[in-house]
Amino acid sequence: MRFRGHVFVQATTYLLFEVCVVTIYLPIAELSVNILIILGMGAAVGFLSGMFGVGGGFLITPLLIFYNIPPVVAVATGANQVVASSISGAITHFRRGTIDIKLGTVLLCGGLAGATLGIWLFALLRRIGQLDLVISLAYVLLLGTVGSLMLWESINALRRAARNEQVTLKRPGNHNWVHRLPLKMRFKKSKIYLSVIPVAALGFCIGILTSVMGVGGGFIMVPAMIYLLRIPTNVVVGTSLFQIIFVSAYTVIVQATANYTVDIVLAFVLMVAGVIGAQYGVRVGQRLRGEQLRALLALLVLAVGLRLAIELIIPPKEVYSVVSAGLGF
Amino acid sequence: MRAFASLLCCMLFLAAFARAQAEPQDFTEKLEIGISTDEIAITSDFRGADITIFGAIDGFDTTLLAQGKYNIVVALEGPKENSTVRKKERVFGIWINTSSMTFELVPESYSLSSTRDIETIAPPQYMNNMGIGVNHMPLNPVGYIGDGSRVGEFRDAFRRLREATGVYQRDPGGVQFISSSLFKASVRLPADVPNGVHVVRAYLFRDGLFVAAKALPLRVVKTGLEQALTRAAHESPFLYGIVAVLLAVITGWLASIVFRRD
Repeated sequence: MRFRGHVFVQATTYLLFEVCVVTIYLPIAELSVNILIILGMGAAVGFLSGMFGVGGGFLITPLLIFYNIPPVVAVATGANQVVASSISGAITHFRRGTIDIKLGTVLLCGGLAGATLGIWLFALLRRIGQLDLVISLAYVLLLGTVGSLMLWESINALRRAARNEQVTLKRPGNHNWVHRLPLKMRFKKSKIYLSVIPVAALGFCIGILTSVMGVGGGFIMVPAMIYLLRIPTNVVVGTSLFQIIFVSAYTVIVQATANYTVDIVLAFVLMVAGVIGAQYGVRVGQRLRGEQLRALLALLVLAVGLRLAIELIIPPKEVYSVVSAGLGF
Repeated sequence: MRAFASLLCCMLFLAAFARAQAEPQDFTEKLEIGISTDEIAITSDFRGADITIFGAIDGFDTTLLAQGKYNIVVALEGPKENSTVRKKERVFGIWINTSSMTFELVPESYSLSSTRDIETIAPPQYMNNMGIGVNHMPLNPVGYIGDGSRVGEFRDAFRRLREATGVYQRDPGGVQFISSSLFKASVRLPADVPNGVHVVRAYLFRDGLFVAAKALPLRVVKTGLEQALTRAAHESPFLYGIVAVLLAVITGWLASIVFRRD
């Protein structure tokens, strides 16, 4: 009886495997992949990004790399997917009037400069063979830091909520060193008077990340805008999405021109699955409270960071790797 | 002086002999091969391809053939590219690529098929000279390699990795005689095959001696949409980038209309 059960399980697994192998050839990555896995990846990341209101670039790029897509293609294609997911988010915010175009434009100026430097860095690292290391290290550092901070903040908020205290985020008003910088400008929509230097600098840093890591950077930009620049929360998400659209679109075009690494087929499959998954994610997200969502997102961010950290620390099964003149890094 | 002369003579003779070994001359045997197609198309559902090559031996010695002294090796070689092997080492607790070696113009894919294990067809030295087989193909490092003591290590890693990923494969029973002098060989193109001109090379050995060879080109091309996209990506990359962005914009915009709830 046990034996029969075993055979049955084997047969089912085999059948499932056969049915599930629907391959699609990626013309730029130059390999055949299982389309259902790519669709599943896109839908899952879309679901999470809809749920947490993030672009999902920080999830899609590592996932593609785990699935053997060359990192150069994964980064450039990830940026393309970010364009699609930020657009649909930004349109919603535009309708609600929660985008500060002026603030977004200042961010964008820094972002474009950062992206240009990032693409140059990307090509340099690829030439000296350390691109995979830098991508992994950058992910581990960023995800680790942002994830820990977010988890800390949300657990405190959850504890306060459990004690029935008023949950308050620090509101703008209490000034810090950022507000003593020169070149101040008035941002009407955000109702703040702020130096353009920290705004452009933030955009610049995120721009570098976009082109080196294929992320939109919303998960860093949003906390930085709230806690560092003291920008009102209601315009933060919309404005960061507005900036992300243009920086990632710019990255896609430059990556396509300089490195020929944007795989349009892969990007299209990912974005279609992503935007559909996002709709379901939004619905689930609305049922959860803000601090619960932030705690979950923090755990997710930490998990991805941890997975990459483990890869760097444990002895690899294979210490050698082969790359050809074509793709690879 | 006489000793020197005879030594020189001996060396010349050996050199001439080695040359005769490397290039077949004055053998009566001839080798012919044919493939059903000279072009393999990569379509969107490409999962690799099995290619059958038919061939015939001419001018053979009947007795030797009956004794099974003739052996055939067929190799499908992919386009050649410089290839870099990198090695990771632990530095401050994390694994980093620390050293690398680039080999000059090695095939991107290699599928070998033979009448029996090629190690038993001819001596290894002989196969090295001819560059037949994964273990014998020339792997020449480019650039500075130090004292050269690590070349072997990197060569082994290269062969092992290429075989592990399935782009280098061998089938020691893949060539079969279908009549006394007709044979068929099957070689395999892997799914992540490189585009470009591949070459089918057939070698005939008589009792461990290389006697004839023949080569045919096989073009592997992307077709239809795949080809159009690759061409667009390389020939007008700026436009391609803009189209990629537009596609994303339209997808995102449509999604926000279709799923509009407010």
